[in-house]
Amino acid sequence: MIIMDKVLFGDNQFFAVSHLSDEKSREQAIRFKDDEAIIRVLDQAMETGINTFMCTTHDRIANICDHMRENPEKYKDFNIYPCMPYAHKYANAVTDLGIIGTIKQYVPGNIFSTFTKGGVAYLRKDFIGLMELLVDAELKMFKGINTPVILIQNVVVDMVLGLKMYEVFKAFDSYIRKKYNAEPGYITMNMPVLLDVLNSVGIENPIICSSINKLGFRMSGGKEIYEKYLTGKQFRPIAMQVLAAGALRPKEAIEYLSRFKKIESVLFGASSKNHIQETKILIESLLAKN
Amino acid sequence: MKLRGGIIGLGKMGLSHAAIVGPHPDAELAAVCDTSSLILEAFRKFTSVNVYSDYIRMIESEKLDFVVVATPTRFHYPIVKYALEKGIHTFCEKPFSLRTNEGDEMVKLADQKWLVNQVGYHNHFIGTFIELKRLLKENIPGEIVHFTGEANGPVVTKEKGATWRSVPEEGGGCLFDYASHVINLIQEIIGRPVSARGTLRKKIYSKDVEDAVYSMLTLENGITGILSVNWSDETYRKMSTSLSVFGKKGKIICDATEIKIYLKEANSKEGLGKGWTIKYITEFAIPVNFYLRGEEYSAQIDNFIDCIIRKKQSGINSFSQALNTDKVIDLIIADSKS
Repeated sequence: MIIMDKVLFGDNQFFAVSHLSDEKSREQAIRFKDDEAIIRVLDQAMETGINTFMCTTHDRIANICDHMRENPEKYKDFNIYPCMPYAHKYANAVTDLGIIGTIKQYVPGNIFSTFTKGGVAYLRKDFIGLMELLVDAELKMFKGINTPVILIQNVVVDMVLGLKMYEVFKAFDSYIRKKYNAEPGYITMNMPVLLDVLNSVGIENPIICSSINKLGFRMSGGKEIYEKYLTGKQFRPIAMQVLAAGALRPKEAIEYLSRFKKIESVLFGASSKNHIQETKILIESLLAKN
Repeated sequence: MKLRGGIIGLGKMGLSHAAIVGPHPDAELAAVCDTSSLILEAFRKFTSVNVYSDYIRMIESEKLDFVVVATPTRFHYPIVKYALEKGIHTFCEKPFSLRTNEGDEMVKLADQKWLVNQVGYHNHFIGTFIELKRLLKENIPGEIVHFTGEANGPVVTKEKGATWRSVPEEGGGCLFDYASHVINLIQEIIGRPVSARGTLRKKIYSKDVEDAVYSMLTLENGITGILSVNWSDETYRKMSTSLSVFGKKGKIICDATEIKIYLKEANSKEGLGKGWTIKYITEFAIPVNFYLRGEEYSAQIDNFIDCIIRKKQSGINSFSQALNTDKVIDLIIADSKS
């Protein structure tokens, strides 16, 4: 079993994702316009002892991966946990091109050119094959980089969960283990429902990344059931949105997490070295006893 | 007993509705309908939901309590009409209708049959916009002098071939898709637009439909303001919708993530100080049992299902409110041609 670091460094700040403010998003987009600015902050995070970067399969991450491959010695102990897909890419495409058009645009290789009647028939028989092609396309940029955990984004997890297409989880799980020799993980806004479902298709003790915060923000079904699962059920939680998009002070936020011994890792993002260092120390000191 | 629901049209919104209806504690996703055999095959293969390529057959066979209609807009009228005639509660995606006489007919039919009717203007289920509406009702910014309603996003960012979205008669442009959200917000939160002037519908990358709409609106309460919508702006990561209201006592700027209030004098009843107060969605988000893409998508379906169970009409996003938005769209189109 892969041991995850207590502190996972996130990427929202680099890609103009703020759950609190569109204006802040814009400021971030300006600040991290160049890849060097991202690499500088990642290096600062590394200097504080952070060794895992959990990031979306955003186009720009490919450039960061290039940089890492060019400096193998420097990043040899550094891990990336890819989270796929970068959903807005597909969502914007679906609005414009429809679902089939989007598949045409993004499924790589032969399907592109052979997306004729035969191509459709092939897909119809083999959705799992299509899923595998999309996974490969999303993960191509990480070739040669340590990716011990590979996660699916919440939009996809929760869509599959809501549509009750549970076999898809099973197929993803075994594909990630087999092809990438990595541990599959699931990001969700519906942790309790998801855990029950994963267990029901035979996925035991899964890595699940979900919002966990004192306010109950984005903890669907309510804080109580989350707390019950965090104390009573068997899984490997990664806590995200721990500051409830910034509504909580870091200390009270992390103190809340320390109530749950099961939490293995905390995901957070920050842009300044001081802030990164402070948060890391806080997480490690309060979760140390876990 | 759970309500039996069917989804007609499995594009982005239809799939999203299906995934929200499925886990709903009071509903069961009984059937789905689409013309894409690929999508239907996925449902057939991985779920126990019944699949149809013909909505009439689905409605005839399934004994549904409600349907969600999420097809391209030009199909809304025949499908909604058929469902209502069969006595089925109907949730319809936005925009509601392409021709207001058809919209009128759907409104009347839903009323005659006493069926719950709702349209997917989901912004009304975002806590910050709900708060803005409340603050305006309380007259917090004083007499309103001007408003701006905006939406921006990266849907069409380069020139390319035709999709159904690029056909104006099918409601393919930015006016029907993006601007309808903003018009509906203005209509329900600030006041109903009664005239449009100086309208510009601009093609940026599309050949046949507008990618941006700019218009000066006058509301029935006499307030004037600007509509400014552009779906070809890639500086936005996703659609971003905002309203700002300038009044004699202050100003409010509101979007899906935050509400910023500026007051010339403190308001003790509201606990708002002089100057800027910023409040975040964390304070206002509607709690939901199942989350997909945003609380508002679940909350609107929760409201629809709750209305069916409690046998009451939805006060939010009724067909007649959505029809009013269609009429404003007509005003804007007429002005752009004048």
